[in-house]
Amino acid sequence: MPEQDKHKNEWPLWEIFIRSKAGLDHKHVGSLHAADAQMAIENARDVYTRRMEGVSIWVIESKNIHASDPDESSSLYDPANDKIYRHPTFYNLPDELKHM
Amino acid sequence: MTVRDFQQAFDEKIDKEIAIEPRDWMPDNYRKTLIRQISQHAHSEIIGMLPEGNWITRAPSLRRKAVLLAKVQDEAGHGLYLYSAAETLGISRDEMIEQLHSGKAKYSSIFNYPTTSWADMGAIGWLVDGAAIMNQVALCRTSYGPYARAMVRICKEESFHQRQGYEILLNMSKGTEIQRKMVQESINRWWWPSLMMFGPTDDDSPNTEQSMRWRIKRFTNDELRQRFIDVTVEQCKILGMTLPDPELKWNEERGHYDYGPINWDEFWNVVKGNGPCNKERIATRVKAHEEGAWVRDAALAYSEKQKKRNNKTDHQAA
Amino acid sequence: MVDHLYYTLQLADNALVIGHRLGEWCGHGPVLEQDIAITNMALDHIGQARSLYQHAAKLFNELPQDEKANQFQSVALSLKISNGDALEEDDLPYLRDVWDYRNVLLTEQPNGHWGNTIARSFFYDIFQQLYYTELQKSSDEQLAAIAEKSLKEVAYHVRWSSEWVIRLGDGTAESKKKIQTAINDIWSYTGELFNVSEAEQAMIDKGIAVDTASIKDKWLQRVNEILNEATLTLPEDNWMHEGGKNTQHSEHLGYILAELQYVQRAYPNMEW
Repeated sequence: MPEQDKHKNEWPLWEIFIRSKAGLDHKHVGSLHAADAQMAIENARDVYTRRMEGVSIWVIESKNIHASDPDESSSLYDPANDKIYRHPTFYNLPDELKHM
Repeated sequence: MTVRDFQQAFDEKIDKEIAIEPRDWMPDNYRKTLIRQISQHAHSEIIGMLPEGNWITRAPSLRRKAVLLAKVQDEAGHGLYLYSAAETLGISRDEMIEQLHSGKAKYSSIFNYPTTSWADMGAIGWLVDGAAIMNQVALCRTSYGPYARAMVRICKEESFHQRQGYEILLNMSKGTEIQRKMVQESINRWWWPSLMMFGPTDDDSPNTEQSMRWRIKRFTNDELRQRFIDVTVEQCKILGMTLPDPELKWNEERGHYDYGPINWDEFWNVVKGNGPCNKERIATRVKAHEEGAWVRDAALAYSEKQKKRNNKTDHQAA
Repeated sequence: MVDHLYYTLQLADNALVIGHRLGEWCGHGPVLEQDIAITNMALDHIGQARSLYQHAAKLFNELPQDEKANQFQSVALSLKISNGDALEEDDLPYLRDVWDYRNVLLTEQPNGHWGNTIARSFFYDIFQQLYYTELQKSSDEQLAAIAEKSLKEVAYHVRWSSEWVIRLGDGTAESKKKIQTAINDIWSYTGELFNVSEAEQAMIDKGIAVDTASIKDKWLQRVNEILNEATLTLPEDNWMHEGGKNTQHSEHLGYILAELQYVQRAYPNMEW
């Protein structure tokens, strides 16, 4: 049996994102299997919010996630290393200065 | 970059305790070992539902019934987190389940022992979960990101498991003579298998060194076992019970408890499939999976139909 | 007043028995995610049962002494009562015999396959949602409060079991056949939901219980809406089993209680 046929009956995998309380971002918490989006949301409710962990759920079928390539991480992220002037602590100001 | 460069970058990350993430380059063996370890761990959670699940219908009060249901359900959740972590390494849950059902994959041997009295719900929570937690806490800092994150979530939930188990025993030990007898009898049965949960002695554990190097294991089997014994002896005193090992004795020099020899013949026998419940545990899981096939198929078929119907309406609307 | 107690037990026994049945699935579900889901339902029902049994125990303890004495046939319970002990949450579920249980027969039917369980939950959940919505208006404030709290859970149960009826009905040829047969088989246990027991009638008159006649049409309408979407139908035969509300049970309940009560019965008067 070809590899892809062997597991064709498995429910698709979904990535689950949960907003733990109003005002916060949705955060990736893990994944699960579900036959469709509706079921994925309900399964996420049952699996990932059993201890009041959330107030809102996003689900995305895992195959639809596009990710950056880790092998390119040096070109993607290292250039930010020498741009410390983007951070507020870069600026040396007198202690008397308030509200800034 | 050459494979050697990749290997070097990987080794550096491991040394600096930088987590390895799913899409990062990793040596084949690291991947294989992780899949084996994580799936084994997931299977243990799923098989582990059965000995306790066995008492859900017989729990002696509504409160205990609810707690036990929630606990066994948590184990399903932990199995799910772990299967998900393993899936990030390129193996499907179905493949892992097949390996479990065919006997190719192992799971913790402790779950091949029967639960014959209500006190076992207490002893499992206290000793078996207690031993598991020793391992799991260490794994919260394991090198593979998804595994470590799953373990953090699991550890948060596990602490309730051990406490509820201990509470069952504490309650019973304050009860009648027959209840105390039940507790002692249960401890006597679960103590040695719990010690075996940490795996063979370091001398007999050939993979330990590599796994420690990769930081997918943070302490050796014997280190964790010793740590477990040291804390458990003290907890047992509060219950007013004894542990079934006449050689158990505080060793001032080592700063640890000495303990008697573990029956490794029994351990290997159970691993090989000759434990009291090996066959029925697997048969139960196989049955659930096979009898669920038409249900899973139906949900998929319905979802396909819905997709087609939605496409059609979209099309018409356009 | 004893009718008040009987009526509360009717509600409590329904909650416990269906919760117990759903709990039997734990560890045996068709897929991990649904194993977790169905256990959540079981927990909801057990939670409701606990509140209801606490209330029932209180109602019992308030009965005049002579009414208490011969209330229940079980030896264990009678002993406790004749000792003058006040009853607590677990006494009524764990020490009462089958012939004092008042749940509807529907709840005690065996789980069968996933489709049988779904069909049983489907009919029960829609009923419970409509029933508890009305129960919020009960003149028994405690029952009204329990109903209000439970309804959030019940709304989710209705959604879950309805979606499964639709999935199975409109899924594969095999699943359609299985769920249709399951619905046909369990249908004859749904009539009792709307029968009114003597105790229930007395409580309806007092504004404590819900008049089931008022929700029957709505129930049938909702059931049919979902079955339509699921491409399923109700059987034409309308002959109905009854008895549970009046303590006449099927053989199944005896086995449920044998397991449920085993520890308490074998080791009486102990704390667990």
